[in-house]
Amino acid sequence: MPRLNINPTKTALDVYGWLERRVQLEGFVKESALHPVPKSTASWWYVFGSAATALLVLQILTGILLALVYTPSASEAWQSLNYLNNHLILGWFLRAMHGWGSDFMIAVVLVHMMQVFMFGAYKFPRELTWLLGVGLLFLTLGMGFTGQVLRYDQDAYWGLGIGASIASRVPVIGPYAVHALLGGPIIGGATLTRFFALHVFVIPGLLMGFAGLHVWLVLKLGINEWPMPGRIVRRSTYVHEYNELAHKDGIAFVPGAVWKDLFFSAAIYGAVALCAIIFGPFGPGGQPDPTIIQTAPKPDYFFLWLYSILSYLPDSLETPFLLIAPPIGIAVLIALPFVAGEGEKHWSRRPVAVLTLVFLSISLAVLNHLGTYEPWSPHMTAWSGDPLPAEKVHAELPLERQGAIVFQGKQCRNCHEVGGLGGQRGPSLDAVATRLTYDQLVRQVLQGGGNMPAYGKNLSPAQTTAIVAFLETMHPLGQEPARNAATPNGPPDNMRGNPLTGDGPAQNVGENHPDSNPKPAPKDQKQTQGQTTSRNTKAGAKPGDTTVSLNTVPALVH
Amino acid sequence: MSTTEDHLVKIENIKTEHHGQPDAEIPVRHVTRRSVLMNIGIGLNALVGLAITAPVIGYVLGPALRKKGFYKSWVSLGNIDRFPNGQTRFATFVTPYKTPTDGATDNTACWVRRLSDTSFQVFAINCAHLGCPVRWFPQSGLFMCPCHGGVYYQDGSRAAGPPERGMFEYQWKLVNGEIQINAGQLPTLSNQASVERKKSCLG
Ligand code: FES
Repeated sequence: MPRLNINPTKTALDVYGWLERRVQLEGFVKESALHPVPKSTASWWYVFGSAATALLVLQILTGILLALVYTPSASEAWQSLNYLNNHLILGWFLRAMHGWGSDFMIAVVLVHMMQVFMFGAYKFPRELTWLLGVGLLFLTLGMGFTGQVLRYDQDAYWGLGIGASIASRVPVIGPYAVHALLGGPIIGGATLTRFFALHVFVIPGLLMGFAGLHVWLVLKLGINEWPMPGRIVRRSTYVHEYNELAHKDGIAFVPGAVWKDLFFSAAIYGAVALCAIIFGPFGPGGQPDPTIIQTAPKPDYFFLWLYSILSYLPDSLETPFLLIAPPIGIAVLIALPFVAGEGEKHWSRRPVAVLTLVFLSISLAVLNHLGTYEPWSPHMTAWSGDPLPAEKVHAELPLERQGAIVFQGKQCRNCHEVGGLGGQRGPSLDAVATRLTYDQLVRQVLQGGGNMPAYGKNLSPAQTTAIVAFLETMHPLGQEPARNAATPNGPPDNMRGNPLTGDGPAQNVGENHPDSNPKPAPKDQKQTQGQTTSRNTKAGAKPGDTTVSLNTVPALVH
Repeated sequence: MSTTEDHLVKIENIKTEHHGQPDAEIPVRHVTRRSVLMNIGIGLNALVGLAITAPVIGYVLGPALRKKGFYKSWVSLGNIDRFPNGQTRFATFVTPYKTPTDGATDNTACWVRRLSDTSFQVFAINCAHLGCPVRWFPQSGLFMCPCHGGVYYQDGSRAAGPPERGMFEYQWKLVNGEIQINAGQLPTLSNQASVERKKSCLG
C-alpha cells in the first residue's frame, strides 16, 4: 500500500484557502475585527450590548431545543411543559435556562439602554442605532409577554384576559383588536397558536434583523467614545474628531476591547446557568382551566410595574393612561436623538437627563417592588386562614367578643390587617379606635367610602353594633379611643344609646332590599385621620390594663 | 497601529445631506427596452403580491371580522333547582364556539344569583376592570377580585376599587325549567357599554 504523506496543517490551510477563494469574507471579517476604537471605550461599561447579543443567541438555541418537545396546543401545552419538567432528562434545565435567560436578557437590555443614554451615545450620527435599539427593547419585551403566554398555565390564561381587556379599551377598533389578538371570541386553541407563531417566528425574525442592523451600524459609525465634559457634539465636526480620536488614541477592537466583552458574556452565561440550577424552571403553575378560579394571576417580573400602575390609577384615569401614555413614551424615545442630537455628552453637563433617568429607575424599581407583594389585592383566604391574634382581642364584654366573630366572618380581614396578618388593601386596624370615633366607625362600616364597600346591606343592626364595639377596643395600650371633639367632656359617643336609630344609612340595614342600591360615600367624605385623636397618653397604664373594659380606659389614663 | 483609509468612519454623505449640497454627479438615465421590461416586471410582481396578500389579511384578521353576534348562542346552565332562591351560586358551561384544540379553556364559569322563582342575575366571572376571575363571598355579600382589589355588591354593582362599572351580566331566559344564557365571547369593555353603571347585558 502506498503511504499517504498528509500534513494536517497544510491540509487545513488548503481547505481554508479553497473556501476563502469562494466566499471571500476574510477581508471583511479582518477589517471589522481590527478597526480602531477609542481607547477609552475598552471599558467594563461597554459590555452590555455584546452581553445582550450573547443572551439572544442563548435564547435562540434553548428555544429551538424546547420546540423539540413543546406542543403549541391549548389542550396539550400544559402537559407538555410538565413532561419537560418531570420526565425528560434535563428538560427542566433547558426550561430553566430559557426562562432565566429571558429575565437576564430584559435586564441586560435595560441596563444597556441606560448606559447608552447616560453616555449620550444616541447623538449624531448614531440616531438610527438608537432607534433600532428602541425597537429591540420592545421586541424583547414582546418576547417576554408572548413567552409567558406559551407557558400556558393559569397565570398565562388570565394574563391573556388582562391583555384582551386592555385592548378592548381602544376606541372604535377595540372589539376587533380583541378578537384579532385572541384569534376568536375566547381565549383558547387559536390564541395559543397565534402567540406561538409570534414568539417563535415573527418576533425572533424581527429581533435578529434589528440586532444585525444595530451591530452593523456600530461597526460603520464607530463605537461611541467615552464622553468628556466640554467635548461638544457638532454635526459639522464630529466625524472628523471621532476619526482623530480613534486613530490617534485608539486600539484595535480585537483583542483590545473584545476581551472584556468575552469575559462578561461568559459571566452572564454562568449566572444564567447558576440561577437555572438553583431556582429551576418557571412553572408551569395551575392548569389553564378557567373554571378553577382559586387563583391570583400575576405577571412575570418585567411587567410587575404595569400591574402596580393599573392597581393605583383612579378608574377615571385608567383608560386615558393606557391609551395615551404608551404612544407618548414611544414618541419621546423616537424624538430624543433628533431633538438632542448635538451638544454635551457627559452626564455632569446633562442634569435633566440624569434626573430623568434616576426618576424613571426609582419609579420602576418601586412599582416593581410593590408588584411583588401587591398590597392592593385582598387576601382571599385571610378571613378563614388568619386568626385574630390573641393579644389583639382585648374584648371583655360579650358584645365585643361577638363583634370579633362578626368581624372575622364578614371577611373584613381580607382587606384589613390585624397584628400583621391579613390583606393590606385597607388600613391596618390595630389602632383604628384612636383614629375614628364611634360614630365615624359606624358610618365607615355602613357606608364605606375611600375604597371600602358599604356593608349597610349585609349587616344587621345588631351585627353592626357588635362589630363597632369590637373595633372600639382596637387601640394600643394606654392610648384612649378617639372621641368627638365637639363634646370633649361629654360622655363617649358610644354611651348615647343606640346610634343606629339616629343615623340615616343604618335604616337600610337588612337583607330584604336586595335591589336597593347602596350609595357608597363620595370620596371627599373620607375620614380625616387623626382629627380627633388624642395621643400622648402613654402614662400610667400597666400591661394588664389592656383588657379593662373600654369605657374605663380613658378614666384610667387621665 | 497602521491606520488605513478603510478604518475611517465615513459619514460624508450624511454631512452633505445636512448642509443641503446636492450630489454633483447624478448618472443620466436612459430609457431602454430592458429598463422598461424591468419596470413592467416590478409592476407585475406588485399586482400579484397584492392579489395574494389581500386574502392573507382576511386569514389573519378573519376572527375579528365576524358579524356581531356570530359567536354567541344560548347555552344551558342546568335546572333552575340547582340555584336556591336568594343565593348566588357558581356555575359552568361550555362555550358554544369551539376549536378542536381548546382543551379545558372551552369551559367557562359564571355566577348565578337567584332573586325569586323566576328572576335571576347571571354575572360573568371576568372582572369589569381587567378580566380577572371574581369570587363570591356569601358571608359579606360581596364579589372580590384577586388582581387589583375590585369589589362588587351582590347585585353586581360596583362597590370599590379600580373597576369603572359593575359586573358584566349575561342575558338569561328560562326554558323548560332550565336557565339559559346568551354567551360565547370573553366579556370585555368592548362588548359592554363602558361607563354605564346600571345593568347591561352581554352583547
Ligand atoms: S381585574 Fe379585577 S380589579 Fe383589576
